[in-house]
Amino acid sequence: MAQALNAALRDEMRADPMVHLLGEDVGALGGVFRITDGLTAEFGADRCLDTPLAEAGILGTAIGMAMYGLRPVVEMQFDAFAYPAMEQLVSHVAKMRNRTAGRLALPITVRIPYGGGIGGVEHHSDSSEAYYASTPGLHVVTPATVDDAYGLLRASIASDDPVIFLEPKRLYWSKAELNTSAATEPIGRAVLRRPGNSAVLITYGPSLPVCLEAAEAAKAEGWDLAVLDLRSLVPFDDATVAEVVRSVGRAVVVHESTGFGGIGAEIAARVTERCFHHLAAPVLRVTGFDIPYPPPMLEHHHLPGVDRILDAVAKLQWED
Amino acid sequence: MTVLDHRPTTPVPPWLPDATGPRTDPAPLLPDHTPVRVLGTPALAKYDPELLRDLYRRLVIGRRYNQQATTLTKQGRLAVYPSSTGQEACEVAAATVLRAEDWLFPSYRDTLAVVGRGVDPLAALTLLRGSAHTGYDPLATRTAPLCTPLATQAPHAVGLAHAARLRGESVVALAMLGDGGTSEGDFHEALNFAAVLNAPVVFLVQNNGYAISVPLTKQSAAPSLAHKAVGYGMPGRLVDGNDAVAVHEVLAEAMDRARNGGGPTLVEALTYRLDAHTNADDATRYRESEEVEAWREHDPLTLMERHLRAAGVLDDALVAQATEQAEALAATMRAEFHAEPELDPLSLFQHVYAEPTPQLREQAEQLAAELAAEAGA
Ligand SMILES: Cc1ncc(C[n+]2csc(CCOP(=O)(O)OP(=O)(O)O)c2C)c(N)n1
Repeated sequence: MAQALNAALRDEMRADPMVHLLGEDVGALGGVFRITDGLTAEFGADRCLDTPLAEAGILGTAIGMAMYGLRPVVEMQFDAFAYPAMEQLVSHVAKMRNRTAGRLALPITVRIPYGGGIGGVEHHSDSSEAYYASTPGLHVVTPATVDDAYGLLRASIASDDPVIFLEPKRLYWSKAELNTSAATEPIGRAVLRRPGNSAVLITYGPSLPVCLEAAEAAKAEGWDLAVLDLRSLVPFDDATVAEVVRSVGRAVVVHESTGFGGIGAEIAARVTERCFHHLAAPVLRVTGFDIPYPPPMLEHHHLPGVDRILDAVAKLQWED
Repeated sequence: MTVLDHRPTTPVPPWLPDATGPRTDPAPLLPDHTPVRVLGTPALAKYDPELLRDLYRRLVIGRRYNQQATTLTKQGRLAVYPSSTGQEACEVAAATVLRAEDWLFPSYRDTLAVVGRGVDPLAALTLLRGSAHTGYDPLATRTAPLCTPLATQAPHAVGLAHAARLRGESVVALAMLGDGGTSEGDFHEALNFAAVLNAPVVFLVQNNGYAISVPLTKQSAAPSLAHKAVGYGMPGRLVDGNDAVAVHEVLAEAMDRARNGGGPTLVEALTYRLDAHTNADDATRYRESEEVEAWREHDPLTLMERHLRAAGVLDDALVAQATEQAEALAATMRAEFHAEPELDPLSLFQHVYAEPTPQLREQAEQLAAELAAEAGA
């Protein structure tokens, strides 16, 4: 996946000279995850800019660059280090189009490696999607496959709106043949990764492989689980989600970030509002605990795994 | 072997100043302790009388605009107005040093600079009236929205100036801030970025003595706010912020420097806010009237008039003409604000995204239905 992201950046930079990258260590080093590897060599230090260490400064500068017609792609080094830029993000990036009645759009992509499962120490494993998703004016997308890493990143950079592009850290090393010729889908569509008729697991990003694994394991119980990959949290694909839930009648939302006030709560509410009469059971959530991200030696207890998902699915079976 | 014997053979780590030498001699960057002043000095004679009269006229109109806007808040026609009365010299000078291609990044107090830039005087007030966030077209006027979160516009100015230079265009960005804003992280990050990128940007800090109620002594322990520039590697300049000619001079010089590739400058203008922070503030709780009266003696408008008359640049006819223009503007403001603005509730859902999300479409339909029901009832 890391290479697919790198390819997406390279191809966008080749296609559009206005695309500029900036962030900490994105130059010679190619970023701590090597996502910007080789881009300074090909495009020069101006287009792949090593900035001073200051996240608000990076994003604030990107805003000015976007105001002058560039398409900045910002790299935040780790999820929890994006917080200093929160004010720029919430007060300016998200609102500039609205504040200026559409005259000033900010086509900024903010790439944020997020989530745990890689043994990162404190402040290196946060899942902050709920903060971003509850900020009107931002798109929030997160790929779970190699193809989506490429396609969604290109679509994000091409978008005239700001996009928070959440890169599931633990999938950086996932491998698959990249199919760059796949038509670039517009942001905002969920995709059914696995059909099934017992229940649907609604998920995104780092939890997708876990859900696919759970669906495989569920076969032993006689359950045929569908797996829906949201890909985009904002806009949210109500239509596809409702369609799948209605046809299956049972749903579990799975994500690794905390549950309280989280994306799963939002989805459960939306699904209940739209599909109540089609539901054979309440919508359940399988999420991380409502705790600060734990030390790496304990993180496996926090992250939703196959067993926890199957337990939830088992709970769905009590009324039919 | 003694410890000393080891010394010559121990390589000096390259990060020590010994090895690389000092990066910049700070001395030329340091501001003079005495603020630059032109009014009342022989230097005044070298200025184009037309420029002086223009600055004067703008001061008169600016003062009247401030007064009228404040009155409109008392009548409930303007939600809030952070007056720049007493600071008009800074506002006026900021507007006059900008070329058409340059960009202004104002804060909420800088409506006068925005208007001075050519933005429609009423459009500049929609934010404070509460009818729309930004009433003017930032791209067409090269004026960023009035910025409320302190100092956050400063990095935007840096990024824009940097981008313009990358695109091969000669553009200088001027960011305006208050003294309190210099304590915010964004201010420091912006200065650092500007210096590292050598961006064509000028920071104008209007030190009006207070951040709402907090005096400068509780805001900063630096010898001056202009001194803060030196640590970032850019020059700091101190200017009498009530002397419109001096502010014009210092800013114009900094703008030229930036335009010619010389990089950013931090300008601190020493001025005073004669009115309260906004109409909602009670300034008597944190400052003595003697202090205010002392600054009134140094009012930018009376200073200018006195010195220009003495220099033979200004006469009664010009004063009357400027006053007349100011009154005409005030009358337009009164007339415009007397009428209720026409607002479209459904515009709430516009311009959140290029294309509204399905969720926003639904919500817009909901509000439309509510409005239809109301209209029917
Ligand atoms: C980030 C942020 N914190 C707090 C405020 C609330 N606030 C508005 S004006 C102000 C004082 C600012 O003082 P100064 O920068 O000196 O500017 P002045 O109002 O004197 O022009 C404060 C604290 C704000 N607007 N933004």
